[in-house]
Amino acid sequence: MSLRAKCAIAGLGATRMGRNFDHSNAIGFAIEAVELALADAGLKRSELDGLLVNPGVTWMTNPMASFDLQQAMGLRDLSLTATMNLGGATAGAMVMHAAQAIDAGMANMVACVFADAPLKPPRPESAKKGAGSAAAYGFARGLEGAYGLFGVSAQYAFVARRYMHKFGATNDHLGAIAVAERQWANLNPAAQFHDQPLTLADYHNSRWIAEPFHLLDCCLVSNGGLCVIVTSAERARGLRKPPVHILGMGQGHTGGDPIETLASGAPIAKRVAFKMAGVELSDIDLAEIYDCYTFTVMVTLEDYGFCNKGEGGPFVADGRIAPGGSLPVNTGGGQLSSFYMWGMTPVCEAVIQVRGEGGERQVKKHDVALVSGNGGILSTHSTLVLGADA
Amino acid sequence: MSEIAKPVPAVTPQMVPFFDAARQGELKVQRCTECGALRFPAREICAECLSRQHAWVRVSGRGEVLSFNIMHQAYHPAFAAEVPYAVVVVKLEEGPAIVSNLVGVKPDLIRCGMPVEVVFEKVNDQISLPKFRPRAAG
Repeated sequence: MSLRAKCAIAGLGATRMGRNFDHSNAIGFAIEAVELALADAGLKRSELDGLLVNPGVTWMTNPMASFDLQQAMGLRDLSLTATMNLGGATAGAMVMHAAQAIDAGMANMVACVFADAPLKPPRPESAKKGAGSAAAYGFARGLEGAYGLFGVSAQYAFVARRYMHKFGATNDHLGAIAVAERQWANLNPAAQFHDQPLTLADYHNSRWIAEPFHLLDCCLVSNGGLCVIVTSAERARGLRKPPVHILGMGQGHTGGDPIETLASGAPIAKRVAFKMAGVELSDIDLAEIYDCYTFTVMVTLEDYGFCNKGEGGPFVADGRIAPGGSLPVNTGGGQLSSFYMWGMTPVCEAVIQVRGEGGERQVKKHDVALVSGNGGILSTHSTLVLGADA
Repeated sequence: MSEIAKPVPAVTPQMVPFFDAARQGELKVQRCTECGALRFPAREICAECLSRQHAWVRVSGRGEVLSFNIMHQAYHPAFAAEVPYAVVVVKLEEGPAIVSNLVGVKPDLIRCGMPVEVVFEKVNDQISLPKFRPRAAG
């Protein structure tokens, strides 16, 4: 049986985002996010019986992060838990896992959580001595480090460069995505770049990180936590907020070398999710597209079929995805301009928009939202189709 | 000694034949002896046919630039004096793609599709690193 609209997102919790030190570690942000989601839904902590956790970079090596969070916030007698990691595709995958378990009668009320705290408060000068010792660079090993290849941006840059070579996309196209998302962020009080406008010239003037990526092609770094609570659609209707129905869900993971495929797993995930939801691309009112880099948005829009392969550059160049454009994309500012909570950033904004809680940035037609998650370097992909009506 | 050394690749048991060949000025990759698929870096199991059997075979050292980036950040202090520098992915004529650097060409002159050939740069008595330089097409 199809899972279409069997389940819904009933609660959303978002902490303060960005350079804040409200908690000393990720678990603190996770706890606050769950508390906020419970309050949003009008639920008590004891009503949770499922807890799925996607730990961010500061606790991703913890193999039992979800148990640690359970203990840290005194949750008892859960019937479902897991620590999950498909990178940026995890948020969608957590919602899928929750919905499947609820439909199977194995859980009733599942919190899906992401949190991270990579930013540290400024320290007195005296405490900085000794930082940057040789030991800190032990992370670099193997042949890649010998050639000076470090970090995800450098790896992603290979894919972007090849794409630009093959299809003729330019930094103007990438910049158009950065500018569009910033325009959305300027309408979102929760966005880290809410108060800072951005022009295409500013984009070009931002320093290079790993060409072809400027600083403003890259996502933010954020402290914070996000939680959504998934339950049955029936149960959700009795709660405080209008249900955001989960109409379709899918995953797609192509494998292979992204420098050669130049593609995400979106076509596979879309096929599954759109079939379940019974929707076509023309039914999508807004798209929350995973944006670790500007480039990722370009490729993902193509792979969902909003334009032909290779035409993503011209597609975004004319303000189409900006406020007032025909396809609202990353309406909160995305991870480039609002906050970097991996796949929970697009999930969070979709819930806000479908509910109609977007304030100044609320899009007029918000019946059906597309949410994409992307992990690694176009390595993993998840799709959610969310809707106001069942 | 104040100069910070660049990271030196670990000579794992799996990679010994690669570094032995590199010292002799030869570029070798693994070849699955079941299905013939070539691969680099070393793996114990063929991703194509799942065979555990392999041999190291010499390749031409010729290929073309599949892609490249230009690193403007000093992620490692040993590279601080070199930024901006380019890292390339070379698609060898025989198939595998290998991360490396180009020598004898400025970063802003590197292009995707540029024909290149391997050269070896001695790091120490044990390790020589394959790098690439532009070559005439064909």
